Amino acid sequence: MTPAEIQEAILDILSGIAPDEDLSHLQPEVPFRDQLEIDSMDFLDIVMELRKRYRVRIPEEDYPALASMASTVKYLEPLMKDVAKGK
Amino acid sequence: MYDAIIIGAGMSGLAAGIRLALFEKRVAILERHAVPGGLNSFYRLRGRDYDVGLHAVTNFRPKGSRQGPLVRLLRQLRLRWDDLGLAPQAGSSIVFPGARLDFSNDFDLLRSEVGRHFPRQSDNLERLVAHLAGYGELAEPAAQCPAREVVGRFLDDPLLVEMLFCPLLFYGAAHEGDMPFGQFSVLFRSIYLEGLGRPREGIRRILAALGEKFRQLGGELRLRAGVDRIVVRDGRAEGVVLDDGTELTARSVLSSAGWRETMRLCGERQLADQRPAGRMSFVESISVLDRQPKDLGFDRTTIFFCDSERLPYCRPEGLAEPRCGLVCSPNNFLYDEPLGEGILRIAVPANYDRWAALGPEAYRREKSRWHDAMIAAAARFVPGLPDAAIDHDTFTPVTIRRFTGHDEGAVYGIPHKQYDGATHLENLFLCGADQGLVGIVGAAISGIAMANRHVLGRDEG
Repeated sequence: MTPAEIQEAILDILSGIAPDEDLSHLQPEVPFRDQLEIDSMDFLDIVMELRKRYRVRIPEEDYPALASMASTVKYLEPLMKDVAKGK
Repeated sequence: MYDAIIIGAGMSGLAAGIRLALFEKRVAILERHAVPGGLNSFYRLRGRDYDVGLHAVTNFRPKGSRQGPLVRLLRQLRLRWDDLGLAPQAGSSIVFPGARLDFSNDFDLLRSEVGRHFPRQSDNLERLVAHLAGYGELAEPAAQCPAREVVGRFLDDPLLVEMLFCPLLFYGAAHEGDMPFGQFSVLFRSIYLEGLGRPREGIRRILAALGEKFRQLGGELRLRAGVDRIVVRDGRAEGVVLDDGTELTARSVLSSAGWRETMRLCGERQLADQRPAGRMSFVESISVLDRQPKDLGFDRTTIFFCDSERLPYCRPEGLAEPRCGLVCSPNNFLYDEPLGEGILRIAVPANYDRWAALGPEAYRREKSRWHDAMIAAAARFVPGLPDAAIDHDTFTPVTIRRFTGHDEGAVYGIPHKQYDGATHLENLFLCGADQGLVGIVGAAISGIAMANRHVLGRDEG
């Protein structure tokens, strides 16, 4: 998947987890938690959805890499470059 | 083999099931009865559905809120606010001798009521509310301090303390008369800082939303599938055997049957007896009226009443305690359309052992007698009630025990909770009232948290 496709995949996951959040003005460099009302339970769901949909495993020590959209895409790029674009 | 078997299709079991099915675990929920719901279920009698348990859903916040346990529940279960169809309460009251406090889903009302009737306590109340915010985790040692002791450091009017405790006890306390401060903090937030709501269709709406979500995700819900025992080998639960002899195996077992009940399913009678059963149960009478309760002058959602300065929230000596209780009308929520019939519910604390000791004839007689006694106790709030009633039903702690399996009909479980949900077996866990949180939202959050922590979280494979 390309970075753009990865970003779309993350947005899709976010919209499933927090459908009441407005994602249209999400700023890539700002941490998710500073723009959205998501808590640690939601965050773990993001990690689990990535695993479920794309079979990507993220070890707990790497969670800080997923703080913002930009950092998340950057982290996932090597892990997902061979993954087919999602559902 | 299942990834997980869940015992009980109440709110905690259903919520846990949804979490597991969401992440592709093969999960079966096993429910003894013909209908789901457990402590928050319903029954049908003479053409009507009666809710058992649900007077109101706590933690109500309006649609669009993005914080709080209700939002967390909806997100974790991938449900929408509209799926539950909650309407807010009209407003409730706490009535003690010589004092009445109204409260609603707007905390400012209670603030101003305290300001009016207990003016010297206004600042104290604010400091107490600020202090509550610091208590997130029930299991923390600091959260175990008795609530009356902590609250007593802020509020120095004993009557106000009794009055504020009253709804929290009736809508969530397994303990008699007091509770750990962590629980007080949770209940205070759930009822006063957030609020009460109800779907127009009652508990069936909520059960349908959860049940359907579970099935859509591929979960298996088996009704009329009572568990006879949990199969144990080498410190692990291997699965369960149903009443009909069917054996099911699983990697994990999550039980909402209750701590004592679950220990007995494992054959551990001694462990079971180490924690006493909950002592709080109720006798409740539901009256169907030929008009809306507000046409009888009853426009509150719930009135919590007490006829003495000190609230006797404890197991009564006799069959039941007429001096304190609640009167609730499911009609008095802000629905789009009024309910078709008027309904009034009256509940007072009751003694399970005394009811269980009655022979069938005496049981019937006492049910009838206590129905009349509760109507009489409610009369000052609902004049004309007896004349407007066209049908009624009464249930007792024995009824609750029979339909939920929970020891002694203890609607809020045992006082000694197992906050981490762990048991003596490495893959057997508890959720529901005996894990820590009660009520519809509480139980669902319990199921979610325990499924997340013990089944999803530990999955390395």
